[in-house]
Amino acid sequence: MKAALVMFPGTNREDDMRGALEGAGATVVDVWHRDSEIPSCDLVVLPGGFSYGDYLRCGAMAARSPVVRSVVEAARSGRPVLGVCNGFQILIETGLLPGALLRNAGLAFVCREVSLRLERRCPPLTGHLAKGDVIRVPVAHGEGNYFADADTLARLEDGDRIAFRYVRGADGRGNPNGSTDDIAGIVNPAGNVLGMMPHPEDATGPRHMSSDAAPLFRGLVESLG
Amino acid sequence: MTVGLPQVAAGHGFTAGEYARVLDLIGREPNLTELGIFSAMWNEHCSYKSSRRWLKTLASNQPWVICGPGENAGVVDIGGGLAAVFKMESHNHPSFIEPHQGAATGVGGIMRDVFTMGARPVANLDVLRFGSPRHPRTRHLVSGVVSGIGGYGNCTGVPTVGGQTTFHASCNGNNLVNAMCVGIAPADRIFYAAASVPGAPVIYVGARTGRDGIHGASMASAGFAADTEDKRPTVQVGDPFTEKLLLEACLELMATDSIIAIQDMGAAGLTCSSVEMAAKGGTGIDLDLDAVPRRETGMTAYELMLSESQERMLMVIRPGAEARTRAIFDRWELDCAVVGSITTTGRLVVRMNGRVEADLAIGPLADEAPVYDRPWTLPPGRAGIGHPEAPVTTGEALLALAGSPDLASRRWIWEQYDHLVRGRTVERPGGDAAVVAVDGRRGLAMTADCTPRYCEADPVEGGRQAMAEAWRNLVAAGARPLAVTDCLNFGNPESPAVMGTFVGSVKGIAEASRVLAMPVVSGNVSFYNETDGRAVQPAPTIGAIGLVDDLDRRAVVGFGGSGQTIAVLGATRGHLGSSLWLREVAGREDGPPPPVDLDMERRTGELVLRLVGEHGLASCHDVSDGGLLVALAEMALASGTGFTVNRPERGMPPQAFWFGEDQGRYVIAFDGAADAFGEAARDAGVPFALLGRTGGRMLTVDGDRPISLDELRTVHERWLPDLMAGTGEIG
Repeated sequence: MKAALVMFPGTNREDDMRGALEGAGATVVDVWHRDSEIPSCDLVVLPGGFSYGDYLRCGAMAARSPVVRSVVEAARSGRPVLGVCNGFQILIETGLLPGALLRNAGLAFVCREVSLRLERRCPPLTGHLAKGDVIRVPVAHGEGNYFADADTLARLEDGDRIAFRYVRGADGRGNPNGSTDDIAGIVNPAGNVLGMMPHPEDATGPRHMSSDAAPLFRGLVESLG
Repeated sequence: MTVGLPQVAAGHGFTAGEYARVLDLIGREPNLTELGIFSAMWNEHCSYKSSRRWLKTLASNQPWVICGPGENAGVVDIGGGLAAVFKMESHNHPSFIEPHQGAATGVGGIMRDVFTMGARPVANLDVLRFGSPRHPRTRHLVSGVVSGIGGYGNCTGVPTVGGQTTFHASCNGNNLVNAMCVGIAPADRIFYAAASVPGAPVIYVGARTGRDGIHGASMASAGFAADTEDKRPTVQVGDPFTEKLLLEACLELMATDSIIAIQDMGAAGLTCSSVEMAAKGGTGIDLDLDAVPRRETGMTAYELMLSESQERMLMVIRPGAEARTRAIFDRWELDCAVVGSITTTGRLVVRMNGRVEADLAIGPLADEAPVYDRPWTLPPGRAGIGHPEAPVTTGEALLALAGSPDLASRRWIWEQYDHLVRGRTVERPGGDAAVVAVDGRRGLAMTADCTPRYCEADPVEGGRQAMAEAWRNLVAAGARPLAVTDCLNFGNPESPAVMGTFVGSVKGIAEASRVLAMPVVSGNVSFYNETDGRAVQPAPTIGAIGLVDDLDRRAVVGFGGSGQTIAVLGATRGHLGSSLWLREVAGREDGPPPPVDLDMERRTGELVLRLVGEHGLASCHDVSDGGLLVALAEMALASGTGFTVNRPERGMPPQAFWFGEDQGRYVIAFDGAADAFGEAARDAGVPFALLGRTGGRMLTVDGDRPISLDELRTVHERWLPDLMAGTGEIG
């Protein structure tokens, strides 16, 4: 399985993502923002970071870079695309995914462990995770507060397009950023473009806070051969 | 333009004697640009003129040291073909004037010091000392400093994994912000500042030069008074995005064997970097200021030479490597310009618009700055205080301490830092030492420590203690201590009493460095941390690194579950002088600090490392602020497991036994019988005492009314968020 890792000036979680993909057996090809085409691959990944410094608006400039035009084409042709954190912000800015990611409700950057429930499988992108699985993974962002208008939310619900939700504890806490309906990740109507704020790549091994997301990457790599 | 007016010189911070020395060295009156260059090189911040004599007494000569003080950062061999490159530096004055940018650029500067040497930064730590929580400015400063550190580290993709935060009224007018960066480099590819090849081109890379930060280093060489607010324009503005690009571009170029010398443009910018490279290379340097990329028009030579615009580097590259260098910096969309060349003249010659704007011999600038042997006096020894009466019960005192400014949870701070980026953070903030995975099964442990109230009471003991606590924090994580960087924060060195706290602290650090075999490989001195003559408590902060040989055999703060045996290694004598219990519970700040027995520290630490390595000890916590019961409470909080403990010697009053801050102690918890651990301690000559067992959700001490772990957690977690929200009791 060959994954294209798309990088922009300011991307900073590429090593984490490369580690998770390669650890699951994938071959990773780096793609630079100025490249006009992504190479032939089975999966396109937009990792986290601060593309173009997150100046203007998170992901806004990256969404207009040469390589992202080619990512959008790949997505429309059905190629699996995974965007994590800044990658999710970029996917929203391209219009591949709806809604907006606002400043966190607490107005501060937040890096902490959260519980995440898989609300629907999105093969191959959610790998071996099963619907209802709860995994412990970290978040690390300043603008991950998912917002969408009522119509969009209804469309997401009706189309079963909410992939991940933050799980609240008995004390009502657990949503780290104020996201509407505790939404942590969504997919496009075709189910081949997944965007999520939390970092599954940092929860894949014994040195991480958990290895709960290892089945995601294992399954992803296995199903894409 | 010849100025030579004594008042202009005085405005640049020169004493009459220093200015006379300038005249004597160059044999004529300097022009304004030259005066600015001398001022930049000779101020306290850059020249270490008050501290140099004492810094020489610090040991840096262990076989694993690759590079000691004098370069951008210290370098130690960590085996496996790798070196750790690290340093801590202060950014106190700017962070008080403009907390967000001041702290951000402190982080940026220390990261550049590390990647200048060829290392990829793998972790940042930050030591923050604020004024009283009740002071009206404190919340603003905490909020700005934390967001500045987070904003910079998060964007550059370097995890902020640890540090220390304290509050004390002596910092009301001067907060301290000490930033530490640790990087990893191939041990045989370390880059230095010595520009030794005449004819080689001098290349400017990174952000463009503006008028920001002119005289920043001079500002850091004077105390604050009523005009502090006017100094805001001397604070630089940081751009972490440019730093990230500069980091990647420099590391990419470093892999190509093109660089002869490299120096970041930090304090005193172009002046300091060009003079230091030529001085270390025994060469001269010609600069053509017309070629310097700039973001403002009409800048003078004076401004260009003294600007402290951030995210800039000066490099000397091999002749012929220009095209390759330009290609890499183009790819990262950064400015890259040839701004001069290395010469054999031994002089700094600055040209602009066809005119020579400065022509000065390098030697006097770099090496003949005045060195002062300032008078100093140690504070008188404090009388012992015995065992003061306890105004509240043991349980009440524990709750008060757990929710006190210096012991309450720092979660509010470190959750704003991306402490996980790069995916290698094995031990997160909140433990004794942070641990970052290096290669295979190995990890690097790091910590930053100092107890200013001890240093104020007895600077020599305080210096020893800062080293000992750093040692213990590494050891408690199962790491072999390797080396330290020091960041020495004091008031005005022209005051003999302040100078005495500096000299005493250095003496204590030097002694501990020898006994504990922890060489001081880099550091920084920050004087003039005072306002209207009121100095901060002396804070010789120690940043230390150690190596974990096997990440699967290390120790953590939390208990390993219920039914474990709890014991303490090291002698408990009930020392309450200068303790947190005394300050927070009894409302007093007197008495001597606890004495440090360095030989015993070393022996106890080596025992702990054997217990972790050979006996499978996995729960260990050093005893420091707040004493034994606070250490136990932190172990319970970290694991969610309670305990029942009893003091073995009923002869000592409970407040002395549980809250005394005797040094050289570790709490350990383990499964099974105590025989093996007790025997190992006896063999090592280290006192060993059983305290009790883990289990349940309550903390039961000496059979008193139990404290619920949930209640403890609430007071521990609540204090800082309440302070920042402006609610609740702030203590």
